[in-house]
Amino acid sequence: MAYKTIIGLEIHVELATKHKIFCNCPNEYGAEANTLVCPICLGLPGALPVLDKEALEYGIKAGIAFNGSISNIIKMDRKNYFYPDLTKGYQISQAEIPFCDGGYIEIELEEGTKKITLNRIHIEEDTGKQLHSEDGMTLIDFNRAGVPLIEIVTNPDINSAEEAKLFLDKLRAILKYIGVSNVKMEEGSLRCDVNINVVNTKSNVKSNITEIKNLNSFKAVVKAIEFEEKRHIELLEAGSNTDRETRRWDETKGETIIMRKKFGVSDYRFAEDGDIPPIKIAGEWIEEIRKSLPELPHAKKERFIKEYNLSDYDAGVLTQSKELSIFFEDTLKYIDDSKLVSNWIMGDVLRRLNDDEIEIEESNLKPKDLAELLILIRDGKINNNTGKKVLKEMFDTGKSPETIVKEKGLIQISDEGALKEIIEKVLSENEQSIIDYKNGKDRALGFLVGQIMKASRGKANPQLVNKMLLEIINER
Amino acid sequence: MDITSLKAWEMKEKILNKEISSRELLEAHIKKIEEVEPEINAFITLNKEEALKEAERIDEKIKNNEELGLLAGLPIGIKDNIATKNLRTTCASKILENFIPPYNATVIEKIKANDGIVIGKTNLDEFAMGGSTETSYFGPTKNPINKNMVPGGSSGGSAAAVGANEVPLALGTDTGGSVRQPASFCGVVGLKPTYGMISRYGVIPMANTLDQVGVFGRDVKDALLMLNAVTGYDMKDSTSSKKSDLPISIDLNERINYLEGMTVAIPKEYIELGPSNKEVQAQFDNALKVFENSGAKIEIVSLPHLEYALETYYIIMSCEVSSNMSRYDGIRFGHRAEEYNTLDELYKNTRTEGFGEEVKRRIMVGTYALSKGLAEESYKKALKVRTLIKQDFDRVFANHDIILSLASPILPYEFNSVINDPIEMYKADLYTVPVNLAGLCSMSVPMGTVDGLPVGLQIIGDRFKDANVIKAGLGYERAVL
Repeated sequence: MAYKTIIGLEIHVELATKHKIFCNCPNEYGAEANTLVCPICLGLPGALPVLDKEALEYGIKAGIAFNGSISNIIKMDRKNYFYPDLTKGYQISQAEIPFCDGGYIEIELEEGTKKITLNRIHIEEDTGKQLHSEDGMTLIDFNRAGVPLIEIVTNPDINSAEEAKLFLDKLRAILKYIGVSNVKMEEGSLRCDVNINVVNTKSNVKSNITEIKNLNSFKAVVKAIEFEEKRHIELLEAGSNTDRETRRWDETKGETIIMRKKFGVSDYRFAEDGDIPPIKIAGEWIEEIRKSLPELPHAKKERFIKEYNLSDYDAGVLTQSKELSIFFEDTLKYIDDSKLVSNWIMGDVLRRLNDDEIEIEESNLKPKDLAELLILIRDGKINNNTGKKVLKEMFDTGKSPETIVKEKGLIQISDEGALKEIIEKVLSENEQSIIDYKNGKDRALGFLVGQIMKASRGKANPQLVNKMLLEIINER
Repeated sequence: MDITSLKAWEMKEKILNKEISSRELLEAHIKKIEEVEPEINAFITLNKEEALKEAERIDEKIKNNEELGLLAGLPIGIKDNIATKNLRTTCASKILENFIPPYNATVIEKIKANDGIVIGKTNLDEFAMGGSTETSYFGPTKNPINKNMVPGGSSGGSAAAVGANEVPLALGTDTGGSVRQPASFCGVVGLKPTYGMISRYGVIPMANTLDQVGVFGRDVKDALLMLNAVTGYDMKDSTSSKKSDLPISIDLNERINYLEGMTVAIPKEYIELGPSNKEVQAQFDNALKVFENSGAKIEIVSLPHLEYALETYYIIMSCEVSSNMSRYDGIRFGHRAEEYNTLDELYKNTRTEGFGEEVKRRIMVGTYALSKGLAEESYKKALKVRTLIKQDFDRVFANHDIILSLASPILPYEFNSVINDPIEMYKADLYTVPVNLAGLCSMSVPMGTVDGLPVGLQIIGDRFKDANVIKAGLGYERAVL
């Protein structure tokens, strides 16, 4: 039987502003517990919130980048609930009027481009963090309390784990491009909840929506969706159904586990905040922000295809991360050969980054160094294989290619006199191979080239070796 | 002569003329406090040692001929819902019985910057919820005029302290009449400025869109002095107004008749309602004659939505209360129940033990009114009616300088007489709550007594027209003296 999966995502993104959203405490990750706090973010009585302009600006940047429509009025509301990590007994958030309405993100599927539409984006404050000690104590760190967040809510337009992954990749890339968030799932600056159910396309029978929380990587999102898809379908197939519930992803077990059933609808008793009166947003300010946005991935990809004559695929890969695209263009400042640079980045550079599970900006590699390496290869100073070894050394040590080549004596031997000496020596040791070659065994030539390269410890210029070897043999 | 019975501005003159030192003035007040406090109970916490240090600092300034701030060494009482750094701030609640804020409210910083001296923290209804100061966890305050009577509330401690000469000036807060009504009950002047005129930073909220700091003094000139010391825009309070960057400058020349040509509105709704006590009405009628005889032009006007003001107020106030009280959960500060097994029990037991009946009642009403399905009919509708009430006042103030009414239709009453009947206590609020709903300014000025108990005249002005209210008050005071 055919089933369609229906997925909506709720993504919380911490904004990388200098200060928290309602006070002047620094917005930093990883500080000692409860050192970045003040009466305002601790919710002490009488302390009042003041909305940080930068937080609002960052939010609006994201809204524009996701093609949403920015509200001309910012209204803050209180979401009332009790929880120890919530300092005021309410979270200052946005209820009826989010700062950004609608929007979309396009993802590239094999069958073409698909638009995933957004329901809304609103701005709010983050809560503190609870830490549970082994002896049953709960400790609370309020450094995170009051960190600005935007919550991006998609419409249920996503139909597979792959689409969810592509969507999140794109979302993260855009957020990084515009520089409003660190978007690190492991640090909690990007958090994603999944709402999922399936529908039988023939009978139109639907499973009940499951909410999945505690997803701390994109891989976990993919695996949890795949697990839930299967679970929903199996239950429907068995004539049963899923319960309306919240589940969490258990990484070690590789399955989702029930957290709580959903009875009725939760009631947050939303009310106007009152301490932050509605703020009118000038259209000029929104325009100013729009103009300040950097080139976004899609536009950059199109430009790369045109300007550098790259394939759609290559341009897509090179622009997926802002840093990688900048690295590519920075390298081109030193070597005017987009094909060569693109090939090396797409090949050895990305392979190494993947192996190390790091981003380009976290590696030792510098655009200028890569360019120098490619110039050495292009000018025949080292050969391709040596180049790969030098690149590895560059990643390992951060040294410049010239230093590495010098230290290891890797400069290619292109001196004909020196090469002739090596060739003569190898030929004198392998008389049989000369005879074999002359008797029509072409393979013997390859063997001889190998021996010559070996004798030169890989430094011989291969093109020159081939040419000279033929000349010398034919003279004999 | 007892120096503590002087007006604040008279004391200030004596200090500036070096007839008396700030320390002597403070000690006279401390002596007065020690004398009357056992009976009055206007203070929850005294700040004697710090106050003496401050007085010495100010005397040093005087000695060095340095210029003094507006408050020039005057002792000041602070309602105990205003945060004072390193000085216990309780809101008259068990839940904050031992709470010592690590920060000052902006008004406290301003008092210090103006060389005023915080002498202590005054009593109030728990979290300012009440109109008699009887719901205080620290026991009721007595009315200095008649100690069998309540001083009004919720700023009863501040009003009584000024009335009993324990301080010349005090700060209160007014959410629905909590400065004007106790001023009326204790026979002092109580001014609630326009919402936004005084920073609320550090003022522990009851209903934050209605709360405003107010001032108490013995006459209108005193109230103006205190207002000018604490008013002004504060970037720490987004609801404070840039329009409030004053001080209000008024010519205090005694010969000016501010009532001449003033346009005065009397809402017919208040005439129809009328106080049940005819002598109270007679006092008001006399006051009107004073205005008329001094050249004011009096007109009857209508505030058609006034009849919905109480319901509107009680819904909005309770909803905001329910949310503002949520942070008292026993997790980070304040009282925490000793016995609990689960998180829910920690919350429940802490709040059950920590809050009094009136606070619980309002939390319950507000939580109910905000709940799903009801919010549309209650909270959201109340917000709309609030706008209509504002518009009623806007229409009146388009053609009038001030509105006059009683500050309270009832006289100070005996202890335990109304607290058992919350509805009766709520009804008296009809004269004061519309002002908070519309964010207006308003002042209660003494206009004589009935059966030996004070009656207050309420002068209401448009938003940021506080000067009109003060001029009317000055004019009235001069005309009746």
